[in-house]
Amino acid sequence: VNSLLSANAGLIIMIVKTVLLLFIVLTVNAYLTWFERKVVAHIQSRWGPHRVGPHGLLQPLADGVKFLFKEDPTPAGVDKFVYHLAPLLALTLALTSIAIIPFGPNPIRLFGHDIYLGIAPPDLNIGILALFAITALGVYGVALAGWSSNSKYPLMGGLRSSAQMISYELALTMSVVGVLLIAGTFNLRDIINAQAGPGVFGWHGIFGWNVWRQILGFFCFFVAAIAETNRAPFDLPEAEQELVAGFNTEYASFKFAMFFIAEYTSMITVSCLCSIMFFGGWLSPFPDSWASTHYLPSAILIPFGLWVIWDGIRYETILGRIVLPGLGTVMVALGAVFVVFPAVNEFIQGPFWLLSKIFAFLFFYVWMRGTLPRFRYDQLMAFGWKLLLPLSIVNVIATSFAILQWGPK
Amino acid sequence: MTPQLVVFLVLAALAIAGAVNLILQKHPIHSALSLIVVMVALAGLYLLLGAEFVAAVQIIVYGGAIMVLFVFVIMLLNAGVEEHTNISKLAGGPGLLLAVALGAFIAATLARSSESIQAAAQNGALAPTREISSMIFKEFVYPFELTSFLVLVAILGATVLAQREKS
Repeated sequence: VNSLLSANAGLIIMIVKTVLLLFIVLTVNAYLTWFERKVVAHIQSRWGPHRVGPHGLLQPLADGVKFLFKEDPTPAGVDKFVYHLAPLLALTLALTSIAIIPFGPNPIRLFGHDIYLGIAPPDLNIGILALFAITALGVYGVALAGWSSNSKYPLMGGLRSSAQMISYELALTMSVVGVLLIAGTFNLRDIINAQAGPGVFGWHGIFGWNVWRQILGFFCFFVAAIAETNRAPFDLPEAEQELVAGFNTEYASFKFAMFFIAEYTSMITVSCLCSIMFFGGWLSPFPDSWASTHYLPSAILIPFGLWVIWDGIRYETILGRIVLPGLGTVMVALGAVFVVFPAVNEFIQGPFWLLSKIFAFLFFYVWMRGTLPRFRYDQLMAFGWKLLLPLSIVNVIATSFAILQWGPK
Repeated sequence: MTPQLVVFLVLAALAIAGAVNLILQKHPIHSALSLIVVMVALAGLYLLLGAEFVAAVQIIVYGGAIMVLFVFVIMLLNAGVEEHTNISKLAGGPGLLLAVALGAFIAATLARSSESIQAAAQNGALAPTREISSMIFKEFVYPFELTSFLVLVAILGATVLAQREKS
């Protein structure tokens, strides 16, 4: 067994990493729905989910069980094969795109192997292109779901969303070209590392990030990315006043949930991409010389954990009085571990900053959904083709001239 | 059998099965889906050859953009199941002959250039993106620009044809 293990170590590590990442992404997905409902509720002066578990924390679990046990009828007259294929395609492609994202700069050394955070090999030369290739296929899930349902509202929703995704994909790809010109590579790790050096005014830290040089590119990218993930204010495919629920109207039970998970997963992917391309990925916003900022993860975790314990002790239900202090203790313990072991603390710096940025973008997504009204369809198309695409092309030309004039930095 | 050979055989089988299915399917959407399978399998083959850039572009351009357009048009026109006709005499007679001739021609070409193909396959990193771009924009810049011009003309032609007549 031992020789078999060592011969296939690479394969085994890959499988373990994949299962682990899948588990993490699906859990984050579930709690993203909870987070979204809570934040939108507070924007609208409501409480949001608060019945299932303390602060509604078990709501995603209840939702998952509900999705699994609902009746799953196949409507009459659907194209059976395509009807079942569409949600599978949507979910698989959305989950695959996460595999390209690198989550930390340094490998862990375990059993004599360097294990990098993230599934793709660290020297993947086509990183960003591979991501775009996977998103380019993502349209099919939605388009085919709309078509195969053999029903007018899903068909309209599917047509709308494929038109929207094709239109905004152009702007999305063009807006990244500026960053690629500066970094001179498609490799996501190299793109992040290119943002470490002295940036605007020769300052380090936050001023090295691409967002300062590519403010126009970032604007185009972010708007196009929201449209690409079909989120508010660009969620026309599921405009319920016009289309019932859009392309997924005829889906129920877990097939509906698969579309849901796919949407949230692509939100996570886009947030990762935004952080990596424009906000320095795992780089800290502070200069390297500020060593005290390395204790920031602990400085956030320990007080927050203490607050969760304090909140838990006073909670009304018994379950809350058990779960919340437990959760708080775990946070405090984690913070303490980071303080006590400097090696661990150094290792989690990169992932900490990347995850913080991803979280900030996810919050922004939800914030916008709670704030902005939906576009009209013709406005959406005009905005994409007449404003966003020309702007991103101008950005490419301007960046090229700037690089010719002053070099890539 | 090396792992590469296994992956190659799987991808090749997938591509051929997709291509055959494309012809056999009666509904245009199913045919389009089979074509997507062929495109993606081809991208996998490029990846196997070490041509990462070409593989990514194959999926983005063919698997994504072009096939989405196909599917989109089929959906918009709401094209139904195609009508089955008896095989035409032209396709049955000369068509079959032509197919055999084409197959023989391809086989002959492959047999003659098998060494260079094998060399290319064993080269590993076939063409890094940097080399491809410098080749396109330095050595072959005129053919490249001419092709772009051709595409532009085609787009203009399509726009003119699609324009409604002003009354």
